[in-house]
Amino acid sequence: MLKHTLGITCLLAFVMPAALAQSPMTLDKVKSSGTITVAYRDSSIPFSYLDDKAQPVGFGWEICGRIVDEVKKATGQSNLKVQTQSVTSANRIPLLMNGTIDIECGSTTNNSERQKQVAFAINYFYTGTRFLVKAGTAVSSLDDLKGKTVVSTTGTTNYKIIRNLNEEKKLGIDLIGAKDHADSALLVQTGRAVAFGMDDILLYGLKASAANPAEFAVVGEAIQVEPYAIMLRKDDPAFKKLVDDTLAGLMKSGEFEKLYKKWFMSPIPPKGINLNAPLSKELLDNIKKLSDKPAA
Amino acid sequence: MTFTWNWQIFLQQNGGGQSYLAWLMSAWGWTMAVALCSLLVALLVGSLMGILRTTPNKALVLLGNAWTELFRNIPLLVQVFLWYHVIPSIFVSLRAVPSFVLVVFALGFFTSSRISEQIKAGIGSLSQGQRHAGLALGLTLPQTYRYVLLPMAFRIVIPPLTSESMNIIKNSSVAFAVSIAELTMFAMQAQEETARGIEIYLAVTALYFVSAFAVNRVALYIESRVQVPGMIGGSK
Repeated sequence: MLKHTLGITCLLAFVMPAALAQSPMTLDKVKSSGTITVAYRDSSIPFSYLDDKAQPVGFGWEICGRIVDEVKKATGQSNLKVQTQSVTSANRIPLLMNGTIDIECGSTTNNSERQKQVAFAINYFYTGTRFLVKAGTAVSSLDDLKGKTVVSTTGTTNYKIIRNLNEEKKLGIDLIGAKDHADSALLVQTGRAVAFGMDDILLYGLKASAANPAEFAVVGEAIQVEPYAIMLRKDDPAFKKLVDDTLAGLMKSGEFEKLYKKWFMSPIPPKGINLNAPLSKELLDNIKKLSDKPAA
Repeated sequence: MTFTWNWQIFLQQNGGGQSYLAWLMSAWGWTMAVALCSLLVALLVGSLMGILRTTPNKALVLLGNAWTELFRNIPLLVQVFLWYHVIPSIFVSLRAVPSFVLVVFALGFFTSSRISEQIKAGIGSLSQGQRHAGLALGLTLPQTYRYVLLPMAFRIVIPPLTSESMNIIKNSSVAFAVSIAELTMFAMQAQEETARGIEIYLAVTALYFVSAFAVNRVALYIESRVQVPGMIGGSK
């Protein structure tokens, strides 16, 4: 009995310090383990996605690379091991919270609901619902679509936004749901719908990969603009400062705009498609303001 | 964290002027509308084609066979897309036709090929003597069909026709691919908005089950009302 109690106490003595040592301070964790785990997405073009060699690439991914360089300097470990981990919309927050990943640079919306569980760095992209129309159609806002047929993809928040605005402003829009983004674009192309409402970055991607991109235009003021930001663990001020400082440095030096042009206004892997998505007004403002304010 | 049920979402407003329950009911209405209109088309056209295939006129038989084989050999979803995207780009006047009509034709013609096969089998199961006796009595061929063959054949094939009717209720879910606001589309959009996928899908499943089962019971009632003692399918 005494032997067992002794054994258990010794075991606990080993385990407990290890459990306590799992502090959420990312920099300490990285220093003690010698590795940092960076999350990536499979197909969030152009933020974080796999190219044709199944390697993660992207705008967010490259910025994460710069952050890892800063972490190497801060922890004094020039041969820090960088592990990568694929995540999805569903598991990115749980994996961050339990320590499997240390940072995520993808297309995660920064909102106050999520800020109950995680923290976000300076916003690095803004997206809003805009409309894909046939080139030459004059649509500057949802009001211009009064009484017309508008399509959105079933199972998205954009469908909900358009429906609710339609009801609130009594615009009499005939809102139809298509089964996926490609189908929605097809409905606009065949003339069954006048406009396709979706996140503007996705619309730029669809337009760029269409058989005849000149046929389409992305128009309208952005509705319900939401910021994307890099995601980190909550209550970790040292790491947040490092990430924010890295982003601020990139934004102030003009390097951020260069990276943006590389991924949003030039041909990108795997097919060399050019999204042709200019910097939005909100993003240009934030490059000066350096805010990490969430969407409502 | 244990999973907790939250059926209250059905009473919440969806922001578009309806509660989720009202939206569910409207979606169910669309499903039933598509299914019942398609069933009507399928029964009328399918019966006609099935009858044509049993006439002595080779041209009519060929017409019936061609129709059946055409619509049997193409998957339903592909047929729906053909009607919705392909044919309107060939016959531009069809672009103005509402998608509801197009999907009713697609689903109706697909099911009519199956019904024609069943009607043909039902007529074929009757002995040749029935047809010959009718003709020998001085009835014309259409009169023989109307008064002798079809009353028996339809009673025989009520069970397979019940299956087809139930199938049409379930197959109506393909209408979501052409933007009809029916149950499947409701399920996908509502579960994204409420994040309560389990409750939404359970409700939709229950409604599909109830609809198909109701059709089954109605068909059983019809069968019991029309049965003739001594005939196949007659009372025991």
